Amino acid sequence: MSGGLARMIAVRIGLGALTLLLISGLIFGAMGLLPGDVAEAILGQNRTPETVAALRTQLGLDQPAWSRYLDWIGGMLTGDFGKSLASGRPVADLIGGRLVNTLSLAAYAALISVPLSIALGILAALYRGRLADRGISIGALTAISMPDFFVAYVMIFLFAVTWGLLPSLAAVTPDAGLGEWLYRATLPALALTLATSAHMLRMTRASIVNVLASPYVEMAKLKGLTPSRVVVRHALPNALAPIINVVAVNLAFLIVGVVVVETVFVYPGLGQLLVDSVAARDVPVVQAACLIFAAAYVSLNLLADILAILTNPRLRTAR
Amino acid sequence: MSRLILPRQGFQPSRRAVLAGGAAVFAMAAAPRARAQEPKKGGEFRLVASGNTSDSHDPATWGTSGIINIGLWGAVYNNLTEVHPSGEVIGELAESFEPSADARTWTFRLRDGITFHGGQTLEAADVAASINHHRGENSTSSAKGIVAPIADIRVPDAKTVVFELNQGNADFPFILTDYHLVIGKAVEGAIDWETPNGTGGYTFVSHNPGVRMVLERNADYWKDGRAHFDRVELISIRDPAARMNALVTGEVDAISSVDIKSMSLLARAPEIEVMETPGTQHYTFPMWCDQAPFDDVNVRQALKLGLDREAMLQTILQGHGSVGRDSPITPANRFFDPELAVPTYDPEQARALLKKAGHDRLAVDLSAADAAFAGAVDAATLFQESGSAAGIDLNVIREPDDGYWSNVWLKKPFCACYWAGRPTEDWMFSQVYASDSQWNDAHWKNERFDSLLLEARAELDQDKRAEMYGEMQRIVATDGGTIIPLYANYVDARNSRIATGEQVSTANALDGWKCIERWWVA
Repeated sequence: MSGGLARMIAVRIGLGALTLLLISGLIFGAMGLLPGDVAEAILGQNRTPETVAALRTQLGLDQPAWSRYLDWIGGMLTGDFGKSLASGRPVADLIGGRLVNTLSLAAYAALISVPLSIALGILAALYRGRLADRGISIGALTAISMPDFFVAYVMIFLFAVTWGLLPSLAAVTPDAGLGEWLYRATLPALALTLATSAHMLRMTRASIVNVLASPYVEMAKLKGLTPSRVVVRHALPNALAPIINVVAVNLAFLIVGVVVVETVFVYPGLGQLLVDSVAARDVPVVQAACLIFAAAYVSLNLLADILAILTNPRLRTAR
Repeated sequence: MSRLILPRQGFQPSRRAVLAGGAAVFAMAAAPRARAQEPKKGGEFRLVASGNTSDSHDPATWGTSGIINIGLWGAVYNNLTEVHPSGEVIGELAESFEPSADARTWTFRLRDGITFHGGQTLEAADVAASINHHRGENSTSSAKGIVAPIADIRVPDAKTVVFELNQGNADFPFILTDYHLVIGKAVEGAIDWETPNGTGGYTFVSHNPGVRMVLERNADYWKDGRAHFDRVELISIRDPAARMNALVTGEVDAISSVDIKSMSLLARAPEIEVMETPGTQHYTFPMWCDQAPFDDVNVRQALKLGLDREAMLQTILQGHGSVGRDSPITPANRFFDPELAVPTYDPEQARALLKKAGHDRLAVDLSAADAAFAGAVDAATLFQESGSAAGIDLNVIREPDDGYWSNVWLKKPFCACYWAGRPTEDWMFSQVYASDSQWNDAHWKNERFDSLLLEARAELDQDKRAEMYGEMQRIVATDGGTIIPLYANYVDARNSRIATGEQVSTANALDGWKCIERWWVA
C-alpha cells in the first residue's frame, strides 16, 4: 500500500515538473505577445530610437526569442534565476524577501480562516435550516460577494481611520519583530479571511449535510449519540476529502491572488512585484514569479490529493 | 556665494510683480502657510512617493520613480546648479558660473572643500564623468537628448569645468538642474552608481525597490540652513486611497498627487494642510499636422475652439489648475506671456472654421487612457460632448494604460498626453515643438518659430528674450498642432507637524522635489 502511494507521489511530482516547464514556455510566449519591451519601458516618455536600440543590444534583446528562452532555462536548471532586465539586480534577491512576506501573510490568513470556516461550516450543518445556519450562510455569502478591495477599504475606514486600532499601512520592514509584524499584517489577513472563508465554509456545510443523509449516520443517531458527536466523529471524516480540496484551492489563492489586497494595504508581497514586472516587461522576474505561483498551485493540489487518500481508506486500496 | 547670473539681469519689474502677486493670492487661498519660524534640526520625516520594483540607482534610467527623484536627486546627490524656490537658478556645487559673450562656452567654478559621503573630495573630473555618463554614441541614458547640445567638456584644473556647446544657450545652467545630471564620485573616469555616494544633505541607508528608501542626515553637509531631519523614510504607495489613508491616520507626514476626487475628506482632518502650487505641468492633445484632416490650420483651430476648457477644469481638476492657452509655457514659467489670449468655447466659430476647411462635420478618432494623465478618458469624453455642438464628431478610443507611451503616444495621430513641463521656455520648446525635436508629437513645423527659437536661445538680453518667447507662444497657440486644455496645479498635503519655508518651489511637487532638504519638524 505504502509503495503504491510513494509511486503515485513520484509520478505526480514528475507531472508537476512537466506542468511547470510548459507554463514557463507559455509565460515566455505571452510576454513576447505584449506590445513594447523592457527597453521602451525603462526609457518611457524620454526614449529615442537610438537609445532604445542601444539598450536592447546591451540587454541582449536583439537575440532571437528561442535562444533567450534556452539561456534562461539553462540558468534555471543550475539554480540561477538570472538578473532583472530593468534594474540589473539578481532575481533571487528581488523575490526572496517578498516570497517570505507573501507566504507569511498567507499562513497568517490561513490560520484564521481555515479553522474559522470549518468550525462555522460544521455549526451550519448541525443547525441546518435554522437561524444560526441562515445567519452564517448570509454572512459568508455577503463577504464573498463584495470585492476584496472594498472589504479592505471598509476595514481601513473602521479599524484605522475611525477607531485607530490598527494601522492602514502594512508596509513591513524585514527587520520588524514578530509583534510589529502581527500588528501591521492583521488587517490584510482579516480582509483575506473574509475573501476566502465563504468558499470553505459552504463546502464544509454541503459535504457534511450530504454525509448526514447516509444510513450509517442514521444508525449513529439511533444509537443515541449526541448530534455534535455524530457530526464530528462519524460524518466529518467521511466528508473530509472535498473539504481538503477546497482548502487547498483557497490556500493557493492566498498565495497567488492577493495583489489587490497587497496594493490597498501597501504590503510588499510577490503580487505587487509581478504586476510591476509585467508593466516593465521584465521577463526574468515575471518568469520566476509565475513559476513560484504555479509551483504553489501544483504542490498544494498534490498535497490535497495525498491527504484525501490518507483520510479515506477506500481510496488507498489499489484497484 | 553663488552669482545669480540669468534672472537678475532681465526680469521686468511688471512681470515679476504680476507673478509674485498671483502666487501670494494662491498661497492664502490654498493653505495657511506655516508660521514663520526658524528651522530646527531633528526628528523623522516619512514621505510617500511612488516607486517601482524595477527602480535602479543609475541616473541614466531615472524618470518615473518618485522615490528615486525625491530621495536620490533631491537629498543624496547635488547638481552643479539648482532652481531656488523663487524660480531663479543658483549655483549648487558650482560657486559661480559664467557664459562667454555668445553663450556657447560656460565656465563653472566648483565650491571648495566639498566632500562625498564616502570622504572623497569633489573635483572637476567628477563633474565631467557624471555628465559624460549620459553622452556618447552608445549612451542608453534617457538624458541623452538633454546633454546632446554639449559638444565638449573640459577640465582645465581641479576646480573648473568648461562646457562647450554646439550653439549658444543662455539657459544652460537650468539644464544642469535636470534630475539625471547628479554628480557622483568618479574613479578613473567611471562612477559606481550602485551604492549612492553623493554630496547631498542625506546619506543613503537602504532601499528596497518599490517599497521604501531610508536616508540619514549628513552631519557635515556643506549647505547652510538645509537638511534638518535626522532620518527620512520614503514609502512607496501607488493606490491613491491608500495614500490618503496613510496621511490621515498619521502613518506618514506628507504625500504628493493628492487624489482630487476625495480631497474634501482631507479638510475634515484638522492636522492636515493641503498645499497647492501652480506648476509647469500641463495636459495636451497633440494632433499630427502632416496628416489630414489636421494638416489644415482651420481644422486645428476649430478643434481648439470646440473644447469647453472651463468645464474640463471644473470636472477633471475640480478647479485645481487653470485653463490652458494652447501653449506649453505656463504661468509658472519665467517668460509666460500673461497677455496671451485665454481660449473660450465657441462652437459657432468652430463650425465656421470647419466649413472654411471644407468639412460639414468632422469625424476624428481620439485615443486616450488614464496613463496619459489622471482623468484623460473623462477629458476626452467631455471633449466629445462639447465638440458635437461645434460639428466635431470625436470617436474616443479607450486605450490600455499598460504600454501607453510605447504604443499610443507618437504612434496615433490624435491622442491624450501629459508633460511635466520644463523650467525654461527653450527647453520645453526645443524638446517638443521645434521641427527637428525628438518628441515632436504633433509633427508640427513652423519656420518662424524655429528661427526665433535659435535666436532666443543664444540671446543674453532678457527683455529681447521675453519678446521673442512671447511671439513664440502666440505662434504655437494659433498655428500649433497641440491642444493644451489645462495647466494642472501640484496638490500636495502634509501633516502640520512638518514646517516648510516661506516660499515653496513651483518647479515640481513637494517643494520642487526638495522637501527632504528644505522642510523640518515644526
